[in-house]
Formats: sequence, C-alpha cells, structure tokens
Amino acid sequence: MANPPVAVTAGKILLEVVTPDHRLLSQEVDYVSAPGSEGDFGVLPGHCHFLTTLRIGELQYRIGEKTEFMSVLWGFAEVTPKKVTILAEIAEKAEDINVERAEEAVKQAEEQLERGGLASEVKEAQISLEKARLRQKIAGRLHQRGAHS
Amino acid sequence: MPSLQSLRRKIASVKNTQKITKAMKMVAAAKLKRAQERILAARPYAHQLREVMSNLSQRVDRSSHPLLSRRDGNMLELLVVTSDRGLCGAFNTNILRRSAEFLDEQRRQGKQVSVSLIGRKSIDYFKRRDWPIRQEWPGVFDRLSFEHALDIGQNVVSQYHAGTFDHLYVVYNEFKSAMQQEVIIEKFLPIESLHEAQADDTQSIGGGYLYEPDEGELLETLLPKHFEIQMYRALLESAAAEQAARMTAMDGATRNAGELIKKVTLFYNKTRQAAITKELMDIVGGAEAIQ
Repeated sequence: MANPPVAVTAGKILLEVVTPDHRLLSQEVDYVSAPGSEGDFGVLPGHCHFLTTLRIGELQYRIGEKTEFMSVLWGFAEVTPKKVTILAEIAEKAEDINVERAEEAVKQAEEQLERGGLASEVKEAQISLEKARLRQKIAGRLHQRGAHS
Repeated sequence: MPSLQSLRRKIASVKNTQKITKAMKMVAAAKLKRAQERILAARPYAHQLREVMSNLSQRVDRSSHPLLSRRDGNMLELLVVTSDRGLCGAFNTNILRRSAEFLDEQRRQGKQVSVSLIGRKSIDYFKRRDWPIRQEWPGVFDRLSFEHALDIGQNVVSQYHAGTFDHLYVVYNEFKSAMQQEVIIEKFLPIESLHEAQADDTQSIGGGYLYEPDEGELLETLLPKHFEIQMYRALLESAAAEQAARMTAMDGATRNAGELIKKVTLFYNKTRQAAITKELMDIVGGAEAIQ
C-alpha cells in the first residue's frame, strides 16, 4: 500500500483513532492531548516526529472552541507534524460510555480487591477498576461541559 | 431414447440440487456479510499499524531486532491460507496453483522450501505433493477469532527465532469485493518496510525522532503486535473472500441448474407428445384396419 501524502488544512492536525475493531475517528483538529506511557503529551500542528506507547488514560482534542474527550486503553501513538495516529487497544468517545456499566464494574472490582484472592485475580481487578474509573471520569466531563453551556 | 420415467427422475434430481445450491448461496451471503464487516473493521488498524511500523523500521538499525534483521540463509517457508470447505469456485485452486508456481521457482533459485498449511483444502493438496509440510491448522475458519492468529503467529515466530526458516511468505486470497478476490503473496518475515525507496521522506524529518520509552522497548512491543495483526488480517481477508467466492459459485450453479431443468423439461414434453402421437396413429391405424 502506498503512503499518500497527508492533505491537511494549514494550522490543523489530522487525528486518527483506530482500534482493532474499527476506525473511531478521522478528523482535523486544533489540539490533541494524549496519555503517553511516560506522561501525558500535548500536540499542536508542527509537532516533531514522536512515537510512544500509551497507558490507560484520557485523550482530549479540541476543534475550535469545543473540546472532546475519549478514553484510550493501551496502544501506540505516532505523531508527525501534520498527523496524530492513535492505535489503541480499546477507545471510546465520552458520549458512547455506558455510565451504569462503569459503575457496576467499579463495584465489582472493589469487591474483588477487598476479598483478595489469587495474584492474577487481584491484578485483573485492579486493571478493571482503573478502566472503569477512567470511563466514569470521562463520562463525567460531558456533564461538566453540559452544566457550563 | 430415455424413458419418460427416467426423464422425470432426472428433472426431480436437478431440482433438488438446485434447492441445495440456492440454500448454500443464501448461507454464504449471510456469512459474507459478517465476514465483510469484520475485515472492513480490521483493515484501518492493520494499515495504520503497518504505516507506523514501516516509518519506524526505516529509522532504526535493522539488526537491532531479530524480526527486522535480514538473514542470508536460504530456508524459505510458505504459509498457505485456503478454506476448510470446498464448493467455492476457483478460490482454493487459484491459491494452490500460485503456491506451487512460487515454490517451484524458489526451489529453482536454490532455496530450501517448506510449507505450513491453514485450511483443510491445502492440507489435502500438499499431502500428495513432495513439499515438506511443517505444520497444519485445519478447522481455523469454523470460528475464526484473534486467538487463532495469535496461535499461528506465535508458532511461526518461535520457529523463525529457532532458525527453522529465514524467510516467511504468506499466500492468501484478498477480499476485493463480493465479486472479486485476488491471490496475494506477501513477505511476512523479516518485516519489510513499505517504502524503502522514499529516501526523501526520511531526509525531511532530519533525524529528529523522539521515542518514548526508548527505541528498543518500543520495537519489542510493536513488532510482535504488528505481526499478529497482519496475521489476523490475512485470515480475515481469506475468510471474507471465501464466502464471496462461494456465493458467486453457488449463484452460478443455481442458474445453471435452472437452465438444465428447462432443457430437460422441454425434451421431456417433446418425448411425451411424440409418444402420444404414436399411440394415436396406432389407434387410428387399427380402427381403419377393422373397417
């Protein structure tokens, strides 16, 4: 497959978010902030080439005055001056997050942690707790924004 | 001349066949829809990852990772992806013919070749040929999941690390559209970059490339991931292409059966009328003889 030159409006960056199941987003944005494994990083147009792994965290991007939120869980990010590619294992837009399910997951994980158990079970519970908390946090952002406007 | 009864039987039998091919076509169409959704969903990730990979592999020292470093050895393995079931037109024939051509050519060039086989059809074929078979995976496509790709990928990579072969090629059907499949032979190991020739691309970057964590660690996670995803994509492509090929083949078969029914029915009616006419003439002839 050839690598076509990326055509992006000046002063914008193309943000692509893909997971193994589907392409979640392909849009021109003004600013991106993503959770790198060694710290969050922000990207404006003209950023230098950068490749990193991602941890569980929050992806923010701004189009004009509007900021959007997304959860990303693991994966990679490649940054070029005109383009940010996020290859996440799992990613969800804030508006797609099922809050009840996240709450349920938090409860379950916390119970499991209290109970203790095998090391693998505890680790799994910790991860699922982290995932669920992240989802709650990002879904919460949407409410904050709704309250402001 | 065939008897009327045997003609009736023939019509009934073709009608039955037509029912079966029609049902198979509908099943294939339903399966195709699902398989198509899966491959279309998986492609963007696979392509983006490949792009990231090939950008990276241009910049790093190839010898820094075993999956990247080129070896001089002449052991070559071909991983053949066919279907488990037949009745899908030229789907498997195309793959097997290309595989045989490819293996012959590599052998002529002094390579030592072996094959690994995915799908019962390739296993049946290569059992009767003199290429050494290293590994077989029948029944993968019944319930294709990412685990299959992981399983196959891990086996192949560990063999590659062990030095069983120095080059790995994969031959599979790529899903172009419901009407079209294309046989692809792709080099999987060592991992090649997509656009080696575009030197200007690298220059424009001026060497300033940041990695987090460091290069080695990134390669360590990216390369196996990349390989697994490409493996998975090849399997999904083949699965979708198989259903598409079967749908087309069964559609053709249904139509041919319809034509055959028409032809035999016409012949049957002609024969019947001829028999009636003959009988009438007999009666008329008999009646005249009495008078």
